[in-house]
Amino acid sequence: MTLEKREARRPWLLLSPALTTIFFLLVVPVIFVVVYSFWLRTASGADQPGFYLTNWAEVLTDSFYRDILFHTLKIATITTVLCAILGYPAAYFIARSRRNKAMLLMCLMLPFWISYIIRTMSWINILGVSGALNSLLLASGIISEPLQLLYNETTVILGLIHFLLPFMILNIYVSVEGIDETLEDAACSLGSTRWQSFLEVTLPLSLPGLAAGGLLCFVLGAGTYITPLILGGPTDAMFANLVFEAIITQLDWPLGSALSLVLVAVLGALILIYNRFFGMSQLMKGLS
Amino acid sequence: MSSVSLRNVAKRFAGFTAVHPLVLDIPEGSFVTLLGPSGCGKTTTLRMIAGLLDPSEGEISIGDQLVNNIPIHKRNLGIVFQNYALFPHKTIYENIAFGLKYRKVPAAEVERRVKDVLDLVQLPDLGDRYPNQLSGGQQQRIALARSIVINPDVLLLDEPLSALDANLREDMRIELKRIQEKIGITTIFVTHDQSEALAMSDKLVVMSGGRIEQVGAPKDVYDNPRSTFVADFLGSSNILSVRCEDADEKRVLVNAGRLGAVSVPREKATDIGVDTSAKLVIRAEKLCLVPADAAPDQRMSVEAVVETVDYQGQAVRYFVRVGDLQLQALNMIEDRPFNEGEAVSIRFRPQDCVVLREDS
Repeated sequence: MTLEKREARRPWLLLSPALTTIFFLLVVPVIFVVVYSFWLRTASGADQPGFYLTNWAEVLTDSFYRDILFHTLKIATITTVLCAILGYPAAYFIARSRRNKAMLLMCLMLPFWISYIIRTMSWINILGVSGALNSLLLASGIISEPLQLLYNETTVILGLIHFLLPFMILNIYVSVEGIDETLEDAACSLGSTRWQSFLEVTLPLSLPGLAAGGLLCFVLGAGTYITPLILGGPTDAMFANLVFEAIITQLDWPLGSALSLVLVAVLGALILIYNRFFGMSQLMKGLS
Repeated sequence: MSSVSLRNVAKRFAGFTAVHPLVLDIPEGSFVTLLGPSGCGKTTTLRMIAGLLDPSEGEISIGDQLVNNIPIHKRNLGIVFQNYALFPHKTIYENIAFGLKYRKVPAAEVERRVKDVLDLVQLPDLGDRYPNQLSGGQQQRIALARSIVINPDVLLLDEPLSALDANLREDMRIELKRIQEKIGITTIFVTHDQSEALAMSDKLVVMSGGRIEQVGAPKDVYDNPRSTFVADFLGSSNILSVRCEDADEKRVLVNAGRLGAVSVPREKATDIGVDTSAKLVIRAEKLCLVPADAAPDQRMSVEAVVETVDYQGQAVRYFVRVGDLQLQALNMIEDRPFNEGEAVSIRFRPQDCVVLREDS
């Protein structure tokens, strides 16, 4: 075999373990899910193999599902915007700090050492009826009855921000870090204030990082079911909760499959739009 | 256009002093170079004048205005950074027009001024390009254009040529000087490159360890270094420990060991008293190698052996041994370079030497 041929084969050789894993653990199950979505669940509870459009007709026409999908996208949008507003200053500060950068990044990673579920549950100890905040307010005499702070849309958003903020900060950090600091100095020397220089130079140059962080937050936020399950009330269910409900509670795999494919399609479309404008490489930069 | 004056300006960071209190006057329209090795405080000084750093003490004035409390964006300075700092997401036109936008210049005038300055830097057709589509030399010119289009009072150049390769650097040096002379702007240039500094400046400020070592016209500083640091940093010099044996108002006689007694004119040996230790400075290019059997001339002559030959094309750097002394000589080549191990005679004129105090 010639050297060129061996060189050409090498990437595939190196990729093969990963590709094999992805094929059997991702592609094959997704094919199963697609097939399942056309089966039918009979009254007896058994699945009826075949090609039925019943599930799809229900999922695509019932306004119940549509409303929850819009609600999910709304929650994900609010969370993403808040993460961007809260995360940008922090990311900028870390990227521009000289001495404590490694320590600050370490602090950012710290929450990942604790399970996401435990972190979400911790809000119950803070906001619950006998939680830290209520105890403090009661003890200081500001309120006489404990406040009902948990199990509403706000706590769901709070929990999601807690979960997603590090992803946003890391992505923005990577892109601000790559922007030459003297660009802002140059802008200032030409007559713009520090704030104007930031708006003119650093912000536009960091947009790819902001977009990558936004995409990650949105996709992860829109796909979660644990946060609304733990911190949400009965009306705060998000789309992934429907999938959870159908498959785990009702054991209705065909309906659950159709629902999950709808979510995959919506989020997939978003990623395609992102890719059209920024390209996937920026996302990889943030993750590495 | 304005003069710049620094009064006892110092900069201390936690744990060390980057710039000790220094006094410096930069006349209107002049080209002044801050020259020194890295860490000498030259860039810190420039950044204080620019308003990118606050001085720990002292007063900085531009024109007759004290600028200590004036932020950078109100100082009306043109700054060219080492890496050019062009805005990568803006076109060349937008880059140059940036400062005009914040000066509320009418659109028609912006267009005219951008066009004029692009003509001045001889890149008239690049307005629509982005910085990464330009070569290093072109980016350099655009950075200069962007800084002068706003008609700044002072132009600050922070090692603007150091990122260019050697040939381009010499072209840009001439170009930069041409533009500076054409618009007649007060310019402060920071560099560690002595040939840039000598070629371009009206006034040279040699710095070391956060202090000014010497200020003067380039030729003056080169010919009459006032410290061993300056003698060694500008060009290469042989610095010998000598003893002053006799002195009057015309000349100073020093005993330079194996080089013999050297009688240096008084103006090259100010501040030297009889019977003191001193340093004798002989520039490498003032030390001439001739064949060992060459006829004597008016210069002083010492027998030596060539130890190392560093061939540089039009010139050669020799290291020669005279007893326990090693001296370096930088000579143009006539006929052929001398060989290693060859016995030669080294010649120099006492009036080309400088005598410095022992503690300088």
